Amino acid sequence: MRQPKIIVVGGGLAGLMATIRVAEAGVPVELFSIVPVKRSHSVCAQGGINAAKNQKGEGDTPQKHFDDTIYGGDFLANQPLVKRMCEAAPGIIDLLDRMGVTFNRTPEGLLDYRRFGGTLYHRTAFAGATTGQQLLYALDEQVRRHESEGRVAKREGWTFLSAVIDDAGIGRGICAMDLRSMEVKTFAADAVIFCTGGIGAIFGRSTNSVVCTGSAQSALFQQGVDYANGEFIQVHPTAIPGEDKLRLMSESARGEGGRVWVPRNPSEKRAPKSIPEGERFYFLEEWYPKYGNLVPRDIATRAIHRIVYQEKLGIGGQAAVYLDVTHIPRDVLDRKLEGILEIYEKFLGVDPREEPMKVFPAMHYTMGGLWVNGEDQATNVPGIYAAGECEYQYHGANRLGANSLVSCIFGGGLAGPAAVKYARSLEKGADAIEANVFSREQKRQDEMNDALISQQGSENPITIWKELGEIMTEHVTVTRINKNLESADAKIKELQARFKKINLSDRTRWSNQTLTFARELGNMLILARVITVGALCRNESRGAHYKPDFPERDDGNWLKTTRAKWVNNDIQLTYEPVDISQIPPRPRRYDAAK
Amino acid sequence: MTERKQVIVKVKRRASPKEDSRWEEFALPWRPSMNVIICLRDIAENPVTREGKQTSPVAYDSNCLEEVCGSCAMVINGKARMACSALVDQLEQPIRIEPLTKFPVVRDLTVDRQFMFESLKRVKAWIPIDGTYNLGEGPRIAPEVQEKAYPLSRCITCGNCLEVCPQVNENNNFMGAAIFSQVRLFNMHPTGAMHAKERIQAVMGHGGIEDCANAQNCVKACPKEIPLTESLAEINRQAWKQALFGWLVG
Repeated sequence: MRQPKIIVVGGGLAGLMATIRVAEAGVPVELFSIVPVKRSHSVCAQGGINAAKNQKGEGDTPQKHFDDTIYGGDFLANQPLVKRMCEAAPGIIDLLDRMGVTFNRTPEGLLDYRRFGGTLYHRTAFAGATTGQQLLYALDEQVRRHESEGRVAKREGWTFLSAVIDDAGIGRGICAMDLRSMEVKTFAADAVIFCTGGIGAIFGRSTNSVVCTGSAQSALFQQGVDYANGEFIQVHPTAIPGEDKLRLMSESARGEGGRVWVPRNPSEKRAPKSIPEGERFYFLEEWYPKYGNLVPRDIATRAIHRIVYQEKLGIGGQAAVYLDVTHIPRDVLDRKLEGILEIYEKFLGVDPREEPMKVFPAMHYTMGGLWVNGEDQATNVPGIYAAGECEYQYHGANRLGANSLVSCIFGGGLAGPAAVKYARSLEKGADAIEANVFSREQKRQDEMNDALISQQGSENPITIWKELGEIMTEHVTVTRINKNLESADAKIKELQARFKKINLSDRTRWSNQTLTFARELGNMLILARVITVGALCRNESRGAHYKPDFPERDDGNWLKTTRAKWVNNDIQLTYEPVDISQIPPRPRRYDAAK
Repeated sequence: MTERKQVIVKVKRRASPKEDSRWEEFALPWRPSMNVIICLRDIAENPVTREGKQTSPVAYDSNCLEEVCGSCAMVINGKARMACSALVDQLEQPIRIEPLTKFPVVRDLTVDRQFMFESLKRVKAWIPIDGTYNLGEGPRIAPEVQEKAYPLSRCITCGNCLEVCPQVNENNNFMGAAIFSQVRLFNMHPTGAMHAKERIQAVMGHGGIEDCANAQNCVKACPKEIPLTESLAEINRQAWKQALFGWLVG
């Protein structure tokens, strides 16, 4: 029998899980990553991972986890796979536990669980406040074991440029570039699983890592892989502003009892600790008595924007509110939240155990992503699979905190065996495809590089990127107004025109980060338009997508998935129904129990 | 008119491993809360030296920018540290930025730390699970054991502990404190302990634990404050125990 071969692109949680599953099936797998996989963005996840283990005796069940997830996502997610994910979550926790993840423990030696946003149950397992790091390391270690035993070949320090697609429209491998030698090469595979993560860089500054540009997703989109629900962008309510990055302050700070407030008096001059209780406005607790500080992220983010921009109550007139953990005992903070408090202390020089933190919302996550089917993570192009943040399947219009890690591992775990099954079913493998299919793709990519390296223009890629970030952050995040979205789209088109005139300040062929960035930027501009145009067309408010001119959810017209296609070098939006076979949609409100 | 405050940065450049190093100096506009990453981004946007000479952007590694991915380790004012958490206002100027010296330079500030990942393979730094299929919960672990293991598992493989270690040099393949600390972590886990002997065997011999000369620089250089010297002592103890009594326990 022909031995198939699989490629995984991206080595975060989803990519590593997919890799492990393919290796376990006895199929050779090649893992491509820009960074050594241990440095992937999953390390930044802080608060925890959800699973209804009911270890606090509250009567939690996977069905309740499923309902919270669908309700939290404002009924936009297709329901069957979400249900399967919630049912699989307890087993995923067990697996991670067996892999040696240093989860916090109860006195009985069991896993401890904390509360997170959008639920009333203690459902979130955690390892201090660096859960993503601990989970990524556990999977990284398992992949390293498979690697040392010859089942996995890693190609770290390579960036994906494009898929190799044959004349029948079937994915047959990838074209990638070595980030040192800048060599462009094609690699044949019977199936490719994309786990290329988030798109934060499109918004300039976000909580995402540098590699989260969405470039791979955009390149695939331009090759015919559809992109779904792009307009759904999660803005996390609590981050520390910074010029290079908006550093996340995990929801777990509130899960452990942290409170969000501002002084009631807008001209308050006193230090926060000396402001008496009665003169503090705990607006989330007041507006949402049932969930309080643990309302879902879209709700908390809009509340903070309202406090700052409408009520004019930002601290000292600035765009900031207090996130206060100073009332929580020090030993609890150090045991459960040390990782994030350390970040605040290191980057701001203030001890958050003593002083309330100053935070503001920041772009954090994309619910939208590559379109995949409702079965096994396959995209619309045969041979191309997607899992993790880069696809759209699990979070609807708003993701609940601590659901991302579980969706990455579940999706990756599903994609691996699905790709193996597909690869084994092929009559003709990638090795039997004519060489021209590969060489023409390599030529196309080489030519793009040559053009960028040789052209003499007047534009700087970083300047264009910064402008893109400003446009997207101002008009395509928390509050969306159609005339602003129209002008944002027009401005992005102007940036695309300017991009054609960029001048690389580095024309060498060795470890040229300027060239790599320029390639990514071209892709970011296109994906930025997918997000903007999707937001412009969706005339309703749902989850993270909020239009003051259309303040209500409109199930009659908009209970549907946006599915963007690339047709004649332009974006075409189509729509398809949402699978609501399990839980009928109902109004979503967090001021009372649901 | 007051002159705008500037940040003076000197970067050790090297176009490729085949070429020699040279220094370039840059004058950047100061802003509040700048770190070394922002300085490097400023240079990328306007790659002109202080003397007004056009140059190329500086190649460097970075990713998470919050000291959890381990990418941006470099030598800043003579000290091995992470560039993202190196705040300009806390650094003496001119700020001297150099690549780590114990790893091969790729270009400018980027180095190849593959040696560390190979070492992790050598010492079998993993829990050998039977498979990812459902086998129920993991072993129960006392909170105090978790509290000892967790700080060890926060190692970001940045390489700063190797950079400052006199035993990591051209004549010696000493694996470095980070690796031994990982061995301690896995030997501490109930399942990992079943295979402790294999790991201890792997830390003996060339580049292994006996090459530690107890300089104790590692623990001071660790950005995650991992108790590396404790780990070294513990692995040394385990190695001695195995060397002396290994034949007794088979």
